[in-house]
Amino acid sequence: MSYLFSHWRLIGVLTLQHLGLVSAALAIALAIALPLGIFAARVPRASALLLGLLGALYAIPSLALLAVLVRYFGLGAAPVIAVLATYAQFILVRNIAAALRAVPRAQLDAARGIGMSSRQQFWRVELPLASPIMIGGLRLATVALIAIAALGGYVGAGGLGNEIFFGLQRRYLEQTLAGSIPAALLAIAADAAFRALERVATRRTAG
Amino acid sequence: MDGVSFDIPAGSFTVLLGPSGCGKSTLLRTVNRLVTPGSGTVTVGGRDVASIEPTALRRATGYVIQAVGLFAHMTVAQNIAVVPELLHWDRERIARRTDDLLELVGLDPLRYRSRFPRELSGGEQQRVGVARAIAAEPQVLLMDEPFGAVDAIARRSLQDEMLRIVRTLQTTVLFVTHDVEEALRLADRIAVMRDGKLLQYATPEEMLGAPANAYIAQLFAVNADLRRYDTLRNALGQET
Repeated sequence: MSYLFSHWRLIGVLTLQHLGLVSAALAIALAIALPLGIFAARVPRASALLLGLLGALYAIPSLALLAVLVRYFGLGAAPVIAVLATYAQFILVRNIAAALRAVPRAQLDAARGIGMSSRQQFWRVELPLASPIMIGGLRLATVALIAIAALGGYVGAGGLGNEIFFGLQRRYLEQTLAGSIPAALLAIAADAAFRALERVATRRTAG
Repeated sequence: MDGVSFDIPAGSFTVLLGPSGCGKSTLLRTVNRLVTPGSGTVTVGGRDVASIEPTALRRATGYVIQAVGLFAHMTVAQNIAVVPELLHWDRERIARRTDDLLELVGLDPLRYRSRFPRELSGGEQQRVGVARAIAAEPQVLLMDEPFGAVDAIARRSLQDEMLRIVRTLQTTVLFVTHDVEEALRLADRIAVMRDGKLLQYATPEEMLGAPANAYIAQLFAVNADLRRYDTLRNALGQET
């Protein structure tokens, strides 16, 4: 443990970098997954195909995907963020579609019948009511991405993966732990934070 | 639906009566363009609804459904304020109107304003549903089996208050039900439908006195028997 304590400043910086990678990837992933999820919820027939495709992407070993993406994005943060955003698609799209499908019909019927435009129906009624399940998906995706982001150590993207990667290379267990323990704690903290958010959203939207 | 054609006088309470699947809900939903008829026209106040932009039409038409459909993430006041907000009323006017409406449907504004739908009984929810529908003073109010899901006692008082409210507002009401008793209690005029066809459109008195066919005669006769049985049972119950 002495390594971790003597390098706490470095570990702090790497933790922030790690969070940066995950947040950037999540933001990009959401921007893609939201329209895809809406599409999957609206067109059930296409949704099986889409989810199958995303599931196949999800099944590619992350290291292999990273190797491929480095050819296009070069070294650094970009290929890692691309890998993370790709992996998040399956989880996010599936959850967003399920969340939208679970919104009670009566409230949608009322929203339309009362004179909301399709856009107003979506932003004012459908999305808020779907938020608990969506946040659940975001939680799963975040935890998964925190783990996968450790790959950043291989391609110079920074983050806690650095310590894990160098520790493994030098067969220096303490350094490896100094990367993996904060990563695990980060995942646990993110899980707890999203759970709390999920609870609030659920309480607010219960019928 | 086939050959359904009739005129509803402004300010009247018309009940569409018929078994489930007879097309009465579909007919109701053509009035605010939730359903587009394959052929034929629906006019409100002389204007073909097909010529009115759907959202504008719906904001000017009250709509109440059996499942109520109050927005779970909004308070009672926010639910009632939805249409006035869509119409860009100013805040003060909305707040005043919300309180007035709660009073009108028999809910104390101070107690109910900030509650969420899940904290209300079924009857209270539908009161809010009615308040939401009439918030922007619509000329026409569409009600699709609005009291079908509330218990018999609450239904009675809701029906009575409904009559009081629409008489004060002089709204034209189109009310769908399969309950003959309810139709007789509420209607100025009843339109009986079956298999997508309009069988008879008349006042309750005319319909009881001169039913257009055997089906309608039976519909009301069975009901009359039930009422007689009810009276008899009550009388016996009181004696013993």
